[in-house]
Amino acid sequence: MSEDNSGVTAETVKKIARLSRLHVEPDRLEFLADEMNGLLAWIEQLGEVDVTGVEPMTSAVEMAAPMRKDEITDGGVRDKVLANAPKTEAGYFVVPRSVE
Amino acid sequence: MSDLTKLSLEAALAGLKAREFSSVEITKAHIDACMDAADLNAFVTTDFTNAMKSAESSDAKLAKGEGGALEGAPLGIKDLFCTEGVKTTAGSKILGDFTPQYESTVTANMKADGMVMLGKLNLDEFAMGSSNETSYYGSVINPWRKDEDLVPGGSSGGSASAVAANICLGATATDTGGSIRQPASFTGTTGIKPTYGRCSRWGVVAFASSLDQAGPITRTVKDSAIMLQSMAGYDAKDSTSINKELPDFAAACDKGVKGMKIGIPKEYTMDGMPKEIEDLWQQGIKWLEECGAEIVHVSLPHTKYALPAYYIVAPAEASSNLARYDGMRYGERVEGDNLYDTYERTRAEGFGKEVRRRIMMGTYVLSAGYYDAYYLQAQKVRTKIADDFKRAWEKCDALLTPTCPSAAFAVGREVNDPVTMYLNDIFTVTANLAGLPAMSVPAALDNNGLPLGLQIIGRALDEETVFAASSALEKCAEFTAKPEKWWV
Amino acid sequence: MFTAKRVADKKDWLSGRDHDWEIILGLEIHAQVASNSKLFSGAATEFGAEPNTQVSLVDAAMPGMLPVVNAFCIEQAVRTGLGLNAQINLYSRFDRKNYFYPDLPQGYQISQFEFPIVGEGEIEITPESKNGDGEPCIVGIERLHLEQDAGKSIHDLSPDETYVDLNRSGVCLMEIVSKPDMRTPEEASAYVEKIRGIVRALGTCDGDMEKGNLRADVNVSVRKPGGELGTRCEIKNVNSMRFIRQAINYEARRQIDILEAGGEIHQETRLFDNKKGETRSMRSKEDAHDYRYFPDPDLLPIKITDKYIDDIRADMPELPDARAARFVEQYGIPAYDAAILTDDKAKGDFYERLVSTGAKSRDAKIAANWMMGDLFGALNKASIDLDDSPVNSDGLGGLLDLIGDKTISGKIAKDVFEKMFEGGAKTKESAGEIVERDGLKQVTDTGAIEKMVQDVIDANADQAAKVADNPRLIGFFVGQVMKASGGKANPQAVNEILRKKLGL
Ligand SMILES: [Mg+2]
Ligand SMILES: [Zn+2]
Repeated sequence: MSEDNSGVTAETVKKIARLSRLHVEPDRLEFLADEMNGLLAWIEQLGEVDVTGVEPMTSAVEMAAPMRKDEITDGGVRDKVLANAPKTEAGYFVVPRSVE
Repeated sequence: MSDLTKLSLEAALAGLKAREFSSVEITKAHIDACMDAADLNAFVTTDFTNAMKSAESSDAKLAKGEGGALEGAPLGIKDLFCTEGVKTTAGSKILGDFTPQYESTVTANMKADGMVMLGKLNLDEFAMGSSNETSYYGSVINPWRKDEDLVPGGSSGGSASAVAANICLGATATDTGGSIRQPASFTGTTGIKPTYGRCSRWGVVAFASSLDQAGPITRTVKDSAIMLQSMAGYDAKDSTSINKELPDFAAACDKGVKGMKIGIPKEYTMDGMPKEIEDLWQQGIKWLEECGAEIVHVSLPHTKYALPAYYIVAPAEASSNLARYDGMRYGERVEGDNLYDTYERTRAEGFGKEVRRRIMMGTYVLSAGYYDAYYLQAQKVRTKIADDFKRAWEKCDALLTPTCPSAAFAVGREVNDPVTMYLNDIFTVTANLAGLPAMSVPAALDNNGLPLGLQIIGRALDEETVFAASSALEKCAEFTAKPEKWWV
Repeated sequence: MFTAKRVADKKDWLSGRDHDWEIILGLEIHAQVASNSKLFSGAATEFGAEPNTQVSLVDAAMPGMLPVVNAFCIEQAVRTGLGLNAQINLYSRFDRKNYFYPDLPQGYQISQFEFPIVGEGEIEITPESKNGDGEPCIVGIERLHLEQDAGKSIHDLSPDETYVDLNRSGVCLMEIVSKPDMRTPEEASAYVEKIRGIVRALGTCDGDMEKGNLRADVNVSVRKPGGELGTRCEIKNVNSMRFIRQAINYEARRQIDILEAGGEIHQETRLFDNKKGETRSMRSKEDAHDYRYFPDPDLLPIKITDKYIDDIRADMPELPDARAARFVEQYGIPAYDAAILTDDKAKGDFYERLVSTGAKSRDAKIAANWMMGDLFGALNKASIDLDDSPVNSDGLGGLLDLIGDKTISGKIAKDVFEKMFEGGAKTKESAGEIVERDGLKQVTDTGAIEKMVQDVIDANADQAAKVADNPRLIGFFVGQVMKASGGKANPQAVNEILRKKLGL
């Protein structure tokens, strides 16, 4: 199937996995490419629909955004914010070093 | 007292109010039933100790003639709703022992109305699935079965299974592409996905924000009306919440369909669909006609594009919504060699196969060079689907369709074939794309003795018509079958 | 998208091996909206709080948490847009910009991509030049959009871990994007100064660069004068006017060196190291950028009306340009002085209080000179903001009054000012009190001056004899008398009496 819709290659999967921050073993790349091509082949039929002049639907509710007043109504809940953290120290989240 | 588990929610609430039995008694009966039904794997987490405490406090209120609309009723909560102090998993490993420090608006509404929460019900991981086989906490088993274990449908499979097996009087569920209605259809229960914006999404783990909507799964149409009344309502914390007063849903159930125009969309059929489902649909048409409805034939020409559009929009939103599960602030962190590695291992090991598949698809369709061809095209097709409905509403007040193209299937049968699995939602997904209310009502058993549902779709904000038509169907169908209790 | 038609003045070209170069500069300014609460949550925005104490569950991106727009932030964006003479869009939208970083809890930043709230506009800037008088030029505004700030990563609390504070996470920023219309480091810093002045005048942002409430990303490229645009590099988060100029000078030279050596410029994000005065590459090589923008499905479009915009317009304060024009008209000061005194709201307010408070209105030109010279000089040297100046407008005004009524000379006034500035907030001594305490009052009593003059003439009799032939020697005598009086003698009176006595 992947030959017909050669959109997704192992290289594409690698790039997408990286953007998604998902580790993929190298020996799975081909399989995942085939699988994605299978799904895309099915999805391609959307291209049949003539959408000239059609606005995209970004929400199921036809309203403008409601807005709130600029008031401090939240925060001051550090215990709750940190309650589920894998690691904290001195009120901070502690994460793997993000710079070299 | 064991028959307390067989009551409808409506009857149980009446009995509680009349003090025919106490909340402690009916809660205890359900806890016993839950424990007997461990084989169904309907719960991820039970909270019986707190349930008994709430039951006691409900009894105190009821004794004084007080209490809310759900006072003392033992109910289950899909484990996608964050519940303060009670572990919430979304059916995923990645959340680890995540214990929310907050309560979702929907469950807060129900608690304010006196619900007794039995625990958190199993579901497909992050609500992604149509068979409840993608849960990290194992497959849920359908109480209906022939010779083999059947799936309850998904993603609200735990909710549907629990209600069908009489271990909860009712349960919350969510529906992004059919996740309330398809499992309801598979388990002989009733479920409604209300208009998008009726139930607050605040505190509900997000799958696809523009499609997700909470609703109940119950044993009767009236029960759904009672539960939805409590769950729904405007919430300023959800920008997509609709600020309109709720109608009296229960009252709407008794309105009847006399003079109502019911549309029959010719596109709601599928190659290979069992004849029984086609026949049941025809039967449904007859029933409504007999009740005084006028049948009109309508066309929703873009129906066949709904599912592919959905499988672009939903994964796209999901790929972004699930980015927050990174092991930094909560959930399970898998330490790697460096930050990138930690991200990639945490997410690769924390998410299951189907979730990873959808994140990848979603990332792909949003990525540079593909956005217009996929995402934008899908959003435009979505507009066309919504327009199809708008045109239909010029001719009718509600639509009648089958809920699903099949009855419940065997565990493991479709799990490795994504497209076949996705086709389960072919008749339900249109209502999500257009944001419309839609309900599944159990209508018959198929040749194998498995339940089948019919679906009513209504105009946006017109749940009243949906309840009225569903109620009429329910009366005509006289569906009283229950699964044989094999699990004790 | 961008074109850069204007060619820099020849004097601003950088010399090269084979030909000269011109610098092309475009800026993105992130200005924090002066709101009490965050763009999408009710948590406070106050600077300097304990880590993670100003974080709501929304800001920490807990499961199921949802954003709700802060109306005040929308209003400030519109107000600022009007201040930039820009197009205000009735329809705008929030999009998600997807990328992973530990201080970005959602895994995406909510920003405006396709439909910003403010479109094109333009402002006039007056860059400083060496002779202290700049040519005004026009800088185009591409857009202004709203977005969330990220949290803060702290790398120096542990050798192998990063600490994350989410207090800033979700704070509302206005990103103001210029067109690539600037050609010199001075123009770039004048542009930032101008934007800062506008947002401060409007009250939409406090403009505090030290706290990071206003920071600039500078896009730098070089080209052959008037030639084809080069590849640009973006220098992130430069947080003072001086650093902006330093960073540009360094970066332009770096790019020229690479190009002249036959190399290529790679588009990248760079960081300015203000200790070394260098820019360096920020992102690692393999990091793919693909932000996958799409409309945030948790939010609905922002729709405003013409009436909404008109109401804000009707409520606009006087902006720096208008104020400068008024200063020229009303106080009769030069345009250049007026521009400097109005580029920041606090300066203009100070000046107006200085000139027009008190019984007698003060000499506007002298007031301007004192502010721009002595006061700004002292503040600069001590790195103190005008708002925190130890000498306030009343204090300086009191000093000017003493000069005005000839209680002290201009020279003595400088000493008094120094004392006021040093003693400052602590002692709160007025100019009058210092003059009184230190006996600095100008001696105008002609009798006393006559005595001093006579003493000096007597002590320098031989010099006095030469005065008739060499009138310039009078300067020597003035100096001696002033010295004898400790600077307190009225110099005019000294002059007159000397002339009389020496027979000139
Ligand atoms: Mg489903
Ligand atoms: Zn920005």
